[in-house]
Amino acid sequence: MARVESEVGTRSGAFMKWIDDRFPFTETMRYHVTEYYASKNFNWWYIFGVLAMVVLVIQILTGIFLTMNYKPSATDAFASVEYIMRDVQWGWLIRYMHSTGASFFFIVVYLHMFRAMLYGSYQKPRELIWIIGMMIFFALFAEAFAGYLLPWGQMSYWGAQVIISLAGAIPFVGDALVEWIRGDYAISDITLNRFFAFHVILIPLALAGLVFLHIVALHHVGSNNPDGIEIKKNKGPDGVPLDGIAFHPYHTTKDLVGIVVFLMLFSGVVFFAPDMGGYFLEHANFEPANMMATPEHIAPVWYFTPFYAILRAVPDKLWGAILMAGSVLLPAFLPWLDRSRVKSIRYRGWIYKMALTLFAISFVTLGWLGLQPAEGVYVMLARIFSVVYFAFFLLMPYYTTIDKTKPVPDRVVYHG
Amino acid sequence: MTDDVDRNRRHFLTVATAVTGGAGLIAAAIPFVASMKPSARAQALGAPVEVPIGMLEPGEMIRVMWRGKLVYVLRRTEEMLSRLATVTDYLRDPGSEEIEQQPGFAVNEYRSLKPEFLVIEGSCTHLGCAPLPEFQVGPAEDWEGGFFCPCHGSRFDLAGRVYKGVPAPTNLRVPPYRFLREDLIMIGAEAGTA
Repeated sequence: MARVESEVGTRSGAFMKWIDDRFPFTETMRYHVTEYYASKNFNWWYIFGVLAMVVLVIQILTGIFLTMNYKPSATDAFASVEYIMRDVQWGWLIRYMHSTGASFFFIVVYLHMFRAMLYGSYQKPRELIWIIGMMIFFALFAEAFAGYLLPWGQMSYWGAQVIISLAGAIPFVGDALVEWIRGDYAISDITLNRFFAFHVILIPLALAGLVFLHIVALHHVGSNNPDGIEIKKNKGPDGVPLDGIAFHPYHTTKDLVGIVVFLMLFSGVVFFAPDMGGYFLEHANFEPANMMATPEHIAPVWYFTPFYAILRAVPDKLWGAILMAGSVLLPAFLPWLDRSRVKSIRYRGWIYKMALTLFAISFVTLGWLGLQPAEGVYVMLARIFSVVYFAFFLLMPYYTTIDKTKPVPDRVVYHG
Repeated sequence: MTDDVDRNRRHFLTVATAVTGGAGLIAAAIPFVASMKPSARAQALGAPVEVPIGMLEPGEMIRVMWRGKLVYVLRRTEEMLSRLATVTDYLRDPGSEEIEQQPGFAVNEYRSLKPEFLVIEGSCTHLGCAPLPEFQVGPAEDWEGGFFCPCHGSRFDLAGRVYKGVPAPTNLRVPPYRFLREDLIMIGAEAGTA
């Protein structure tokens, strides 16, 4: 930019030139930050990507400090968490930030994904951004699952028992696979030790790499917007999209407001309701793992429950596991299931609006059902909403083809 | 000397390098994958265990651990044994024939070496929760006593045989065991000799 060039000759300008001759600093900053143009008409749905980054940083920082006092062994794990909570100075705060961060991660990521469904952000040419995003989502699942075993409470133990046993549903190799994952004939100290390795090394490394790829792919094609218009099609004489403004300082300043509001909510939970009435930290997990007795009622943490409800809705082990895996994997195929020529919900017909509403209702309801005992009317409801969930994806190629869309304007539109 | 590149030779060398390198990678991966299997210590801790059963009253059940797994030992009464025949219509695999969930010696109506003593793994064949003993009859019409899994509602009779229409696909597993004496069993020992 002009400003940087005018500074050549000053001492700081000379320093930057020295750097830039050796490392593409200014070039990278321009490409990704000061000259990355994103649409002017972003609404509040566009805050969740940045918030996911904020939570990732919170989780990594608090996680590092937790490992300084946590002991990954079956005899010491539960006590070391209590030690962090009671004896380590400010340990309670660091641990509650980490446990609350896990739940907020999923709140933010689910909303981030829903935003993509609202405005067709997964459609051409952003299929790879969506696929990489889904891989981040899977990694996040694995990370949360491995992390949940670490406190070695009753729910840690039995929750892991249930989920690891799912792999046993695979014909022929299932049992050997389960034994390989556990490293023992039951979930034990050995399992805990390796889950710690997964949680603090393997998956965070993978996550960092995937987030990097997600952003590289995004900045290559450019951000979508609430109108689903390619802003690069309308450029001014200077080559800047007419509907775009620089990520920094414009979007960053706006994002800062969102981050402050988010941190207020986050702090509210950390300080006033860290267990969120048993939804963020389940009550059964305040009891050390006991392999002789399953808790009366096993429910995973809330962010797994929509898929767990689908698992329980099927009265067959293998099919239950297949449908649950299917329900997690299906969204990855959205770019090819959606045949609509229109991206944004603003210009779609009533059929897609209705389908998306039904999908949102079924997802939330399944989440609630996954927390209820598996009996009577709950099982029936879970079956009904599982059908709605799958129908949304599997019938999509049909109903997005016949849906009547509205004409899409050339330039972005402001609402309010 | 010639500037001509022998493309066939180049191609062969590239493929040969890739194959050799790939084989090396696979070979190098073996120790890492194998290191995640049960270690020598885990295997040693999985050795057979002796369980005294002389003190069991009829109708009483104890829980013991073998290989970190819960094993139930139930001394069934004559009356309990008589109930086994009445539930067969509700069961998925009453004859223990469809899927091998027991050593050969337990393929009988009682799924045990001696009818009186049921030795069975307390791990639901659905997802591994510990089924609860519910030995009384009823209130459900088809309930003749047995094991009920609190996690996902799977039901098993007094021989650990699975009911129809529940998520658990198979009968509860019978571990290998044998009687060392009248009042002492060894769980984990392969031979099922009485």
